[in-house]
Amino acid sequence: MPSFDAILIGGGVNGLACAARLAGKGRRVLLLEAKAQPGGGAGTVEFAPGFHVPALAQTTQGLDPRVMAGMGLERHGLAFHPALTTTALSATGDHLIVSGGRAGGPDAEAFAALHRKLADFARVLAPFRGIAPPRLTNKGNEWGKLARYGLGIRALGQAEFREFLRMILINVYDVVQDELTDDRLKGLIAFDTTLGSWLGPRSPNSLILYLNRLAVGADPLLPKGGMGALAAAMARAAQAAGVEIRSASPVARVLVEGDRATGVVTEAGEELRAGLVVSAINPRLTFQRLVGPRHLDAGFFTRTHHIRSRGAAAKLHLALKGVPEFRGADLRSRLVIAPSVEAVEACFNPGKYGEVPKAPVLEAILPSAHEPGLAPAGQHCLSAIVQFAPHSPKAGVEAARAEMLENTLAVLEAHAPGLRALITHAEMLMPQDIEARFGMVGGNWHHGELAVEQMLFNRPLREAAQYATPLPGLWLAGAGSHPGGGINGASGWNAAERILAEGRA
Amino acid sequence: MTHDAVIIGAGHNGLVTACYLARAGLKVCVVEKNDWIGGAAVSRELYPGFTYSNCSYVASLFRPEIMRDLELPKHGLQILPYEGGAVFKEDGGYLGMFRDHDANRREFARHSKRDAEAYDRYSRDVLRFCRFIRPMLLRTPPDPSTFRPRDLSELMWLGRKMGEMSERQIAETVRFWTMSISDYLDEYFESPVIKGYLAVSAIIGTALGPMSPGSAYVLLHHYMGDVDGNVGAWGYARGGMGSITRALTQSLLAAGGEVRAGTGVEQILVSGGRATGVVLSNGDVIKGRRVISNMDVKRTFLKHVPEAELPGDFVKRVKAFKIRGSSGKLNIALDSAPVFPALPEGAPNIRGDLHFTDSVEKMERAYDDWKAGQFSRDPFQDCMIPTMIDPTMTPPGKHFMSCFVQYAPPKIEGRDWTDADRDAFGQTCLDQIARYSPGFKDRVLHVEVRTPRELEAEVGLTEGNIFQGELTFDQLLFNRPVPGYAQYRSPIRDLWMCGSSTHPGGGVMGAPGRNAAAEVLREMKHPSGMSEAYAVI
Amino acid sequence: MIATSKTPLDHFRTPLLQTPFHARTAPANRLNHWGPWAGYMTALCYGDSDMEYTAIRNGASVYDLCPMVKYAVRGREAAAYLNRLTIRNAAKLSVGGVHYTVWCDDAGKILDDGTLFRHAEDHYVICCQERHLGWLLDSAEGFEVTVEEITEDIAALSLQGPCSATVLGAAGFDVSALKPFRMARFPFEGGEITVSRTGFTGDLGYELWMAPDQALPFWDHLFAAGAPWNIRPIGTDALNLARIEAGFIITNMDFIPADQALREDRPRSPLEMGLDWMIDWEKGHFTGRRALLAEREKGSDWALIGLEVPGNISAEGSILYYGKKVEAGFITAAAWSPSVKKSIALAQVPARHRGGHDLWVEIYALRELQYVKLMLPVTVVERPFFNPARKRATPPGRV
Repeated sequence: MPSFDAILIGGGVNGLACAARLAGKGRRVLLLEAKAQPGGGAGTVEFAPGFHVPALAQTTQGLDPRVMAGMGLERHGLAFHPALTTTALSATGDHLIVSGGRAGGPDAEAFAALHRKLADFARVLAPFRGIAPPRLTNKGNEWGKLARYGLGIRALGQAEFREFLRMILINVYDVVQDELTDDRLKGLIAFDTTLGSWLGPRSPNSLILYLNRLAVGADPLLPKGGMGALAAAMARAAQAAGVEIRSASPVARVLVEGDRATGVVTEAGEELRAGLVVSAINPRLTFQRLVGPRHLDAGFFTRTHHIRSRGAAAKLHLALKGVPEFRGADLRSRLVIAPSVEAVEACFNPGKYGEVPKAPVLEAILPSAHEPGLAPAGQHCLSAIVQFAPHSPKAGVEAARAEMLENTLAVLEAHAPGLRALITHAEMLMPQDIEARFGMVGGNWHHGELAVEQMLFNRPLREAAQYATPLPGLWLAGAGSHPGGGINGASGWNAAERILAEGRA
Repeated sequence: MTHDAVIIGAGHNGLVTACYLARAGLKVCVVEKNDWIGGAAVSRELYPGFTYSNCSYVASLFRPEIMRDLELPKHGLQILPYEGGAVFKEDGGYLGMFRDHDANRREFARHSKRDAEAYDRYSRDVLRFCRFIRPMLLRTPPDPSTFRPRDLSELMWLGRKMGEMSERQIAETVRFWTMSISDYLDEYFESPVIKGYLAVSAIIGTALGPMSPGSAYVLLHHYMGDVDGNVGAWGYARGGMGSITRALTQSLLAAGGEVRAGTGVEQILVSGGRATGVVLSNGDVIKGRRVISNMDVKRTFLKHVPEAELPGDFVKRVKAFKIRGSSGKLNIALDSAPVFPALPEGAPNIRGDLHFTDSVEKMERAYDDWKAGQFSRDPFQDCMIPTMIDPTMTPPGKHFMSCFVQYAPPKIEGRDWTDADRDAFGQTCLDQIARYSPGFKDRVLHVEVRTPRELEAEVGLTEGNIFQGELTFDQLLFNRPVPGYAQYRSPIRDLWMCGSSTHPGGGVMGAPGRNAAAEVLREMKHPSGMSEAYAVI
Repeated sequence: MIATSKTPLDHFRTPLLQTPFHARTAPANRLNHWGPWAGYMTALCYGDSDMEYTAIRNGASVYDLCPMVKYAVRGREAAAYLNRLTIRNAAKLSVGGVHYTVWCDDAGKILDDGTLFRHAEDHYVICCQERHLGWLLDSAEGFEVTVEEITEDIAALSLQGPCSATVLGAAGFDVSALKPFRMARFPFEGGEITVSRTGFTGDLGYELWMAPDQALPFWDHLFAAGAPWNIRPIGTDALNLARIEAGFIITNMDFIPADQALREDRPRSPLEMGLDWMIDWEKGHFTGRRALLAEREKGSDWALIGLEVPGNISAEGSILYYGKKVEAGFITAAAWSPSVKKSIALAQVPARHRGGHDLWVEIYALRELQYVKLMLPVTVVERPFFNPARKRATPPGRV
């Protein structure tokens, strides 16, 4: 007799959201987290004595409202700083401030109009984030919701609906070239679009990633207390809902008995059984390592390798012994260095061939500017996401890391003269490091590239797109499933809803 | 005298439209600015005794339904299938292609035993996608933003076609349409040169690289043609590509149509919101009940129609229409057959397409140069020697070689091409060939180097884009060329479009021309007399 | 590391390869009647199909099997691998045994059928019609096995007919104790010949496997030994007749491999092809199992049936009708059977017509350059149509 209704594998944001939802509906849930603390990509790390930075994700566009409210996260202590403004840095100090869909500079009006249009598209797409991807058959769909959401798109009006159909698979390069003139702004939008993806701004299908970002929230948010505090609040909320969380309990494999997932075996050798098993870790790892080929069809198993999962984002952590000076930029804003759309594209090029970009583009925040306690007094920590790092460096990871660090510091120095002299400790996490630390295949944050061909009913694979997998009793709930990653929790919540509706939990 | 239709441009699509309308009894006049006919489907003697297909150079896409309807064989059209091809590798080796299935498998096995056997699976999978798209080529795209009965019924037809597929096949189709060819090939193959060869069809004519999402669809665009039912096969038009437009012209004349070559259109006459004819550059006026433009959408509306006659949104979209040239061409007269020492004596591969790009990465790097506004330093070339098969184009023993080159930008780092740029571009291409064919340059009698500049100046293709507009989803189907105007009609009454800027796009296919004619005749409530689209296999 | 073949560059000069027996089959092919088979020249008929067929049923016939595609599966987990790959239980196949098997895609549709030979605990050979290296290698992931295509490394002959055991005995290979679907090894000229009691004729018969360089000496030896029994080489035409009588199906004749079909309604499952008897539901997971279970639950769409057709005209290429009007399937193979003296056929029909009630066949019979349409009632019968006891007898009867 299993002692749990469900075992959740992986205590990241999605795993916690899924577990909490299931427990909230009265299911007995055991959540197994491999690391010492749950949180996954949301965490805080002390990378140098006294210097605390976000371990991976440094901001969120916002948690899914169902997760926020359903888990009562505010009650459990989660709060955010006011939404960050963004400073598109200029090497000459001619910065551009962007916030709330408004930008300064010559394109103020054009940008406002473009933002309105894209925000409209994002608004009608947003509801699709909250349901399981549609089945391409006449069964198993939430027809009422699908029809309503579909009509929502049509309700944009004929002109906008046409624009929607034209732009849904367009690249961001053409959009910014058509609508804007300011290189800083074009660079920023191109950067935000391709952040965390394996696409350049000129790659077709890229704009939809920007729409997806807008569908969650217009401006990035910083949790009070850091990303670790967000994870801790979610864990507390899950426990309060009745989830039993066991940290430092990596799972070795999924138990399969009678052609059904019946539990897990931990790396410590313990067998745990439950009515069903829900994996919120990477789908490739789930199928390839935890289940293995013997319980899966050969075609499906082969295609688990086709879940493309190239990570192009590197993470930079700097300990600074003084206050950096970005030519007058507000250190509490999100600092983006992406001087033009061409510059972003030029960074993407070498990554395709396993090479390091000469002048990386990046997004930096100074957590210590928001919460002084995160660094020793008078000192600062800087956290940056740097693109595009090679997913498969030809020269080897070490050489690539050194070059990436050097090139990034050179870019930073150009925008913040004297910054290099302030550095007391620097750490560059390459996609390969992110894979090793966070179990993200290829170092891709979304546990599978967020790209049109891997969205909706093709995410992560068509047979597993509605969270159920070909192995009865095994479900997916991670970012590798629709709608994908970011510190958001929608995948986990959707999975829980589907399990409650269909599963034997 | 007022014509029923004045057609601007005697390219293949303009002629197809004209033929269909003339056969339906309309009085038709085709106006052509050049003193030769054919647009980009031409055979021209640019060196004494040598016929060049100096723009388009191979045939496959041209719809057999059109050949039949317009009796083109009777008017002299012959399509010759060609044999194989080869990719020459930097290491001195090569990958050959063979028409014989087992010979091809053995050849692929020299590069990967696994890939040799995977190729059949790949071919079948791609063919399944062709089966879905082919019937759409000869249909006017529905406008999903209206509730007109015809749009709704066409949408339902489309829905039914989808519904005939399994959940698996729909999902695979969506994936394929949105993927890059590089990613797609990685799912089947391991050999770089095999992937390099198979990626070619995904980039030809586009301003995309093999790693660009959406390039797999472009591959389909080049695969969905056939030579006499052999889907995906390519051939030569006997006598050069001009044979296609020559046959069309003969068919048009036989049906009572008229062609006026040598003077271009200056302005499309618009009066009371309707197109009423054209004014030629020599001041002649040709009146017509309707005007049908085979020119690309930018040239038509930005150069030949008063902007005041057009809605602002439409003009904005036309201005933003992506029509970036990406290719150039070398047309070479050869004193004797080139020799490629890598190939064994007597290998048939030389009668097919010859490439020197042995990996997807090299192809993508060539694209990176284009993005930076330069022609590729190590370009991709698709070289053909049609005279290996076609005895009519050169004196015996001499040869014509057509080299299609990617990538070449419409402008060099933002400025216009100069003659020096063009010559450097030509030299880069010749050097590449000579690396694999010693003595090649000594055989050269004459070279015509064409960059996007020449293509635009001579043929009128804006920015030198051979497809009259990029084949990305924002410019396909109901989005081509402009959302709301994808049904061959323009914002101006009686002004129509029939060129490759319209659905289903470029290539010497004739489908846009046929579909435009079908729309005109439908509006006139006149039976079209067109063949139903043929099935794939 | 990419595995490549050592094919010579000028392979294109001989698009159809000759088998290792070509030096013997070519002069024997008095009609010079060849056809392509999997990239090889294969004799369709050497001189007289009727006499070649008669050799199968009366004496001893030899068919050149070399073009069959062969894959070696080796490794500690070979049995586990094959159990995941195929629908039958490869672990239950004992060393020295052979069985007929089928493998499916995820949807439970047949990719190919073939014979599986177990040479050792950790060594099997698959022998089949189509090429599947990609699929076989993909399926091997996670198993301690190697899969290698070895078609050109093995030469093979099929010796079939009531005198086949006797001929082998005369050739010095005593196979009297060899049971159906078992193998034995015999020394031959410093090498080894493997004899399996298998075949595609539904008669007593053996398949003989050897290294290519043994091919010609072995052929000479076998034909010298078999002369008293009128041993003769046979072409594909004669073999096809025999296999129809035996009720055997052939890939790309009676079903299309699922990965090759363009139309989604064309692939067939083992249940639809009447092969449910070979599925081991209890052996654990295999590719297609869940789809096949679902099909077993809800019922199959199609059925393969054996038919008797009135009259003496072959129903090849004909369409079946229910009540003479409604199309109800089609004939995949048909012939006048010399051995049962009936017109017989294999057919695929919508499953509801498997019983054959009110089922008719429309035959276009060619009579002196003019087609005559016949509408004939058909009867469903058990397969094989021809099933002689000698095919199973061990020891085989001496002739």
